[in-house]
Amino acid sequence: MSQKYRLNNIGYINRNKKISFSFNKKRYFGYEGDTLASALLANGVHLVGRSFKYHRPRGFLGSGVDEPNAKVQLNKGPKTEPNISATEIELVEGLEATSQNCWPSVFFDIGAINNFLNKFFPAGFYYKTFMWPKNFWYRIYEPIIRKAAGLGVAPLKPDPDRYEHKYEHCDVLVVGSGPSGLASSLAAAKNGAKVILAEDKPRFGGSLLVDEVTIGNKKGKEWSDEVITELKSMPNVIVKNRSQVFGYYDHNMMVMFERVKDHLQNPKKYTPRQRLWYIRAKETIICTGSIERPLVFGNNDRPGIMLASAAKEYIKLYGVLIGKKPIIFTNNDSAYDTAIEFKKNGVSPLIIDTRKEVNNPIIKEAISLNIEIKFNHGIANTKGYRKIKSAIIGNFNDDKSGYENLKEISCDCICVSGSWTPTVHLSSQSGNKLKYNENVDAFIPHQSRQNETTLGSAKGTFTLKKVLDDGFKEGFQLSNKITNKNVEIKVPNSNEKNYKEHEKLWCMPLPKNKEYKRFVDFQNDVAVSDIELALREGFRSIEHVKRYTTLGMATDQGKTSNLNGLQLVSNIEKKVVPEVGHTTFRPPYTSVTIGTIVGREVGKHYRPTRKSPMHEWHKKNNAIFVDAGLWLRPRYYKKNNENLLQASIREAANVRKNVGVCDVTSLGKIDIKGPDSAELLNRVYTNAWLKLPIGKSRYGVMLREDGIVFDDGTTTRISENHFHMTTTTAQAVNVLSHLEYYLQVVWPELDVNVISSTEEWAGAAIAGPNSRNLLGRLFPNIDVSNDKLPFMGYKEADLFGVPSRIFRISFSGELAYEINVGSSYGNFMWEKIIELGKDLKIQPYGTEALSTLRIEMGHVAGSEIDGRVIASDLSLDGMLSKKKDFVGKRSLNREAFLNTKREKIVGLVPLDKKSMIPEGSHLVENYKAPLPNPKLGHVSASCWSVEYDNPFSLAILKDGKNMIGKNLYAVSPLKNTNIEVEVVSSHYVDPKGERVRS
Amino acid sequence: MLEIKCPYCGKRSQIEFSYGGDAKLERPKLGTEVSDSEWNEFVYYRNNPRGEHLELWHHISGCRQWFKVFRNTATHEILSTSKIDEKIK
Repeated sequence: MSQKYRLNNIGYINRNKKISFSFNKKRYFGYEGDTLASALLANGVHLVGRSFKYHRPRGFLGSGVDEPNAKVQLNKGPKTEPNISATEIELVEGLEATSQNCWPSVFFDIGAINNFLNKFFPAGFYYKTFMWPKNFWYRIYEPIIRKAAGLGVAPLKPDPDRYEHKYEHCDVLVVGSGPSGLASSLAAAKNGAKVILAEDKPRFGGSLLVDEVTIGNKKGKEWSDEVITELKSMPNVIVKNRSQVFGYYDHNMMVMFERVKDHLQNPKKYTPRQRLWYIRAKETIICTGSIERPLVFGNNDRPGIMLASAAKEYIKLYGVLIGKKPIIFTNNDSAYDTAIEFKKNGVSPLIIDTRKEVNNPIIKEAISLNIEIKFNHGIANTKGYRKIKSAIIGNFNDDKSGYENLKEISCDCICVSGSWTPTVHLSSQSGNKLKYNENVDAFIPHQSRQNETTLGSAKGTFTLKKVLDDGFKEGFQLSNKITNKNVEIKVPNSNEKNYKEHEKLWCMPLPKNKEYKRFVDFQNDVAVSDIELALREGFRSIEHVKRYTTLGMATDQGKTSNLNGLQLVSNIEKKVVPEVGHTTFRPPYTSVTIGTIVGREVGKHYRPTRKSPMHEWHKKNNAIFVDAGLWLRPRYYKKNNENLLQASIREAANVRKNVGVCDVTSLGKIDIKGPDSAELLNRVYTNAWLKLPIGKSRYGVMLREDGIVFDDGTTTRISENHFHMTTTTAQAVNVLSHLEYYLQVVWPELDVNVISSTEEWAGAAIAGPNSRNLLGRLFPNIDVSNDKLPFMGYKEADLFGVPSRIFRISFSGELAYEINVGSSYGNFMWEKIIELGKDLKIQPYGTEALSTLRIEMGHVAGSEIDGRVIASDLSLDGMLSKKKDFVGKRSLNREAFLNTKREKIVGLVPLDKKSMIPEGSHLVENYKAPLPNPKLGHVSASCWSVEYDNPFSLAILKDGKNMIGKNLYAVSPLKNTNIEVEVVSSHYVDPKGERVRS
Repeated sequence: MLEIKCPYCGKRSQIEFSYGGDAKLERPKLGTEVSDSEWNEFVYYRNNPRGEHLELWHHISGCRQWFKVFRNTATHEILSTSKIDEKIK
């Protein structure tokens, strides 16, 4: 099967390797080295999609990242990817692509009715039309518009591909491998610099791939290949193709994505699909080249109308003719290359040049090849719905405001050229203040703010000799600042065609009484008339015009439309372009998949998981785990068909009755050493610490400077100058930073060192009336009696040879001990506890039972210490020393904190003694009261009291102390419950604390 | 992402650090009389300058030292970094 538009003897594709693919379910073939775009064009396919607003048929405008039209949906199922430029996709066997934004098909699209109704869809249409009635927006307008608009379809399943991140440092990062990039990379690399050369496309060389030039007496492409080979052989150089530097961030940090897998025919199983590089470069050389500017004329969006440079690229890289009856429409010389290229390949083009007769060498060459040229002509309109069929051309009148002698000329493609726009995105992102350059009629980099240098056509330099001179010079100078090696290489001679100036005409006039759509932004269907309307309606700032018309806001981010838009605004406003200014260039330069940005940090790798040394035991014993910060903690140990509530009641009741064991490894632990340790504690805790005896623990509360409770825990004096602090699991990290802040910044005179020892120790709490008996079995050599190891006592002992710390502290409110051993002995300790506790009816208990036990005891935890309460709210007034100053004390004199009617912690019991009160319920006097019903407090924690066998909750209630005995309603609109409750003391069980001291 | 020179460890990427606010802020000495307005200034009021700012950073995923960073908040340029007890260079 031959391809109608494929040439036999030109291009860099591999004609020995056919590749079959499908587009809109139809099978085609192309060759290895093709893009989806070049393969479709070789098969004569131009119609690839529909435009966003009017659903107009669209084809290819470009050949690379600038493509606004040819966006396709790639592949199916979880691997599907929307809005991909067909011009960037490398062809692989079995590739499946479909058109977007059209239904039922790209050939017949219902939405195209918008095209015929386009008078009703001016700029701002949606803003103006769907304002009223208000509630219609969410219910009716928005869902319908969403369905009709939008481009591709997002995948619904998780992405099965793997993405990697990589960090790299270098002396010189060169972005782009055109002549500037090659010259500066080579010069820097030869001078000993560590260089990264990044090329977005699969092939290196940039313009050298398509331009007829010589460097060092070789063809441009040949020279380029040699330089790349040499750079690849150098150990100090990383050369990357398919790698797009898309963002320039602070301190010369560049972010780049590398396409690793999609182009491979047989990728290995673990090959990442893409790799994200974070590159910190000492110097960055931006050689991103330039993008051709389209011309604006009536119906300039039909399939078959393409940039002249793209048409040339399709011939020279892929051996594909985009048509056999081409019109070249230009305001400058560079499009003549495209015409000559057509001619050389046996196709006679017609050149329409807006300029009056000019006499440039390249025009002479075209004339000598018998190419027909019409000077001082413009294209007023085109015909052909799904594919261009003809152009209406005319001779310009004197001031080029209209035409004389319009006539129709048939054609099968139009190659347009409005000269070149430097690609300044990265320079601008780096903070470079751009400046308008009248010669190239575009913004170019001006003043660098970071170590950034822009070269070549990205800077508006369009002659090869100057490009090479600059490239070699800057490559040497910038690298020499770093390496100081003074190795400078000679600039090779070069030869190229000479181009003359372009005409400053981009937007063609309309013939009299005609209102053809002249598109500026193709993807978002922004036409000249929309911009005119925006200005008529009073939008002046270019940023406002952009947002009102959506000019440049599509996925191509206006790469081909920005300057034509600016030019138009400045023409209408009778300003010069630099006065109009430009919109902001933001990263990413091209679309980047979310998968690449998140890399491997997905699913369970989203954050690290911390497990206690006893984790495997818990797993084996049917633990159901819960996330506690980064920790995985057993929530309960499931027996038979128990649910969470049943299991937690069983476990908690067993603690109250016999003995239970709980893994408390995750509790934050901080080791504090130094002669001023007690003084530090005395300053950060609200109570007194100087006189704590060695071998004793004490409960402490820490405040923030604003007086709010920060954390609580027990701290133990191990020896005179050595303390062991515990924090809540949640605040462990913050408490350490807090201590470090005060020690290093505020009180550097204190001689104290602090370090996290959370992971050094495995912890087990044994709690319940049988716990002393069990402790005695675990440590037969020490006296565990109440006299020798009283409440808040501390002892060091051997657990069958394992050094252990025993703290007599209790969160459950029962007689309890916490045993710590070195982490690697954690499992040994745990198994010993289970083994020796067996006949004492020991059961492990999880966080849910732990909560139950602490709630009915009225012990506060994170759900009460929620960053809004002060100590007295939690009935912790007694913890506030009157004799000494401490962090946050001064704030407690604030008027609001002295208010005696403040919130206070209380207990709640439902009157029916069986309805569980949902956490987060609001407390109100009368649940039927009209809204806004005054809220008196909220429920912070709920449990099923195992002591009283009814529900019990803790709440923070206004004037709580005086409310005890009253009845209120706990309402939860989320759970749709109103429960009548009695306010009781928060100390529901053992209010005098006798059990812990027993 | 900023590149910050920890005075103890050298240049590292911003992800290793956490920001700690105005370095010129001085906590009133413990045990001294502090007026309401002074205390208010200390706890709540912060300048948000556009331009040079002396600030604290904490090398939280490194040496865990607090230190001073003299930074331009408009350009993100870091003019110097120093240990807590050092004068800014």
